[in-house]
Amino acid sequence: MKILVCISNVPDTTTKIKLSADGKTIDTAGIQWVINPWDELSLTRALELKDDPAAGVTLVTVAHVGTSSSEPTIRKALAIGADDAIRVNAEPADAYFVAAQIAAVLEKEKYDIILCGIESSDYNGSLTGGIIAEFLGIPSVSSVSSLRIENGKPVIVREIDGGKETLTLPVPFVAVVQKGIAKEPRIASMRGIMTARTKQIRVYEPVAVNPLTEIVMYEKPAPRAACKFISPDNPAELIHLLQNEAKVI
Amino acid sequence: MSVLVYTENWDGKFKKLSFELVSYSAAIAEMINTGVVALTIGQVEDEELKKLGNYGAKKVICVTGDSLKYLDNKIYTSIIAGIAEKENSKVIVFSNNNSGKAIAPGVAVRLKAGVAAAVNALPSSVEPFTIRKKVYSGNAFAHTVIKSEIKVLSLLQNSYDIKETANNAEIERVAWNVEPGMVKTEVLDVQKQTGKVLLTDAEIVVSGGRGMKSPDNWGPLVELAELLGGATACSRPVSDEGWRPHEEHTGQTGKIIAPNLYIAVGISGATQHLAGISSSKYIVAINIDKDAPIFEAAQYGIVGDAMKVLPKLVEAVRELKK
Repeated sequence: MKILVCISNVPDTTTKIKLSADGKTIDTAGIQWVINPWDELSLTRALELKDDPAAGVTLVTVAHVGTSSSEPTIRKALAIGADDAIRVNAEPADAYFVAAQIAAVLEKEKYDIILCGIESSDYNGSLTGGIIAEFLGIPSVSSVSSLRIENGKPVIVREIDGGKETLTLPVPFVAVVQKGIAKEPRIASMRGIMTARTKQIRVYEPVAVNPLTEIVMYEKPAPRAACKFISPDNPAELIHLLQNEAKVI
Repeated sequence: MSVLVYTENWDGKFKKLSFELVSYSAAIAEMINTGVVALTIGQVEDEELKKLGNYGAKKVICVTGDSLKYLDNKIYTSIIAGIAEKENSKVIVFSNNNSGKAIAPGVAVRLKAGVAAAVNALPSSVEPFTIRKKVYSGNAFAHTVIKSEIKVLSLLQNSYDIKETANNAEIERVAWNVEPGMVKTEVLDVQKQTGKVLLTDAEIVVSGGRGMKSPDNWGPLVELAELLGGATACSRPVSDEGWRPHEEHTGQTGKIIAPNLYIAVGISGATQHLAGISSSKYIVAINIDKDAPIFEAAQYGIVGDAMKVLPKLVEAVRELKK
């Protein structure tokens, strides 16, 4: 069983987002770039499965659409333990464009399970995984919080409103994963960092696809009004305000 | 021409989220001079389907068939794309919830449509079609142009005001034949939470963080949530420690919620936590540290020990409910 983990390169989640003066781009000065948190969890789960001989996973590859500037993020994934990597050499224009690139790679290289994070922490789209599956005509499952392989059969738990469903499906498929898939993201060991340098990154040139969306302007949410403080000795005052001022209770 | 809205049903019933989606779709339909067709999959009674008309749906289509009991992304995608083609839909609206995230991408590919996901406003212009969406987990919004002829949108929950309009919707029932072998996902087991207000549906959420000090201290917090008819939630460290179940974790990597009132007790308010709750209409913070960042996000705050403040709050709400 071979697993492909799609990774996105995003600003560290503690970043205070600033806009450029004209509002047309994000000011990237000083931003630390990291593996998208959900992608990092999928990678961790893929590696856990590979560590378990009963699961029968032989290869974990990471795939990324981005220019050479995102290679440090790919190297980090290799240091964490991915066997090798694929990079499609293009600016990720939108989810449709990115998914088309990954799907094109999957026409050439075969994987059984394709893992995508449920969203990227920058564009919050939840689209790439589902689009890849549709391009390839293979099934997909979203909101996946657990993935096991039992007797060669994938067993998946997906979250539904107010509950969970356990299901199985034949490979190949795309699993769009969320919290719960792995407990904590795996951290690169010193040995991992050393070996990552010699691992292969296969670079593909992009296929011609026109993105279907374009961001024309960014905006920051309106700042909230200053906090109104209430004495800890008189919480009844808070309840009064919530009832009569905010009118929410 | 039409605007198509996918309105999921839960055991044959709609909820507030469904009415929000239809209201929103009706407003878009008005902008492009057309009507709204609502689509649901599964067995729903006429009376329930008619409700969607009260929020602006001109027609409600209910698709039923064997093998449609559980969500299968491929099957649901082909149904929704098929109906969209038949109804000549120019805009297709989903919720940005679990099922919307599962189906919207595939429908978009089928219809060669660009998607704006996690939108939280009506389009600012229909030509070019420009719409505001959440980015950076709510730390910014992006005005996005969809260039394709057909547009797919997924609406953030609690981002549009429900509007009732007296309207008698036409009901159309469609039997959908799924060929054997087409359903790829086989559901083995279902576990449902019962009797409790769902965190993602709750209008009021009371949430605890590390400042609660011990899992044994949750009593008054749960009581406050129950008295207010709300749900309980928690911060990531609390669910990581196993003090509370993972389902309660709100924050960037956990559940993203937008209740009318979010009461954060003993939660400092890290960026990742705020990413999950910042769309709440009102935020109340109770924290012992007056410099905690949660107070920057909150409209009402109490600086104090949660263990002392919570019982007094419970008392005050009890008085109110008398």
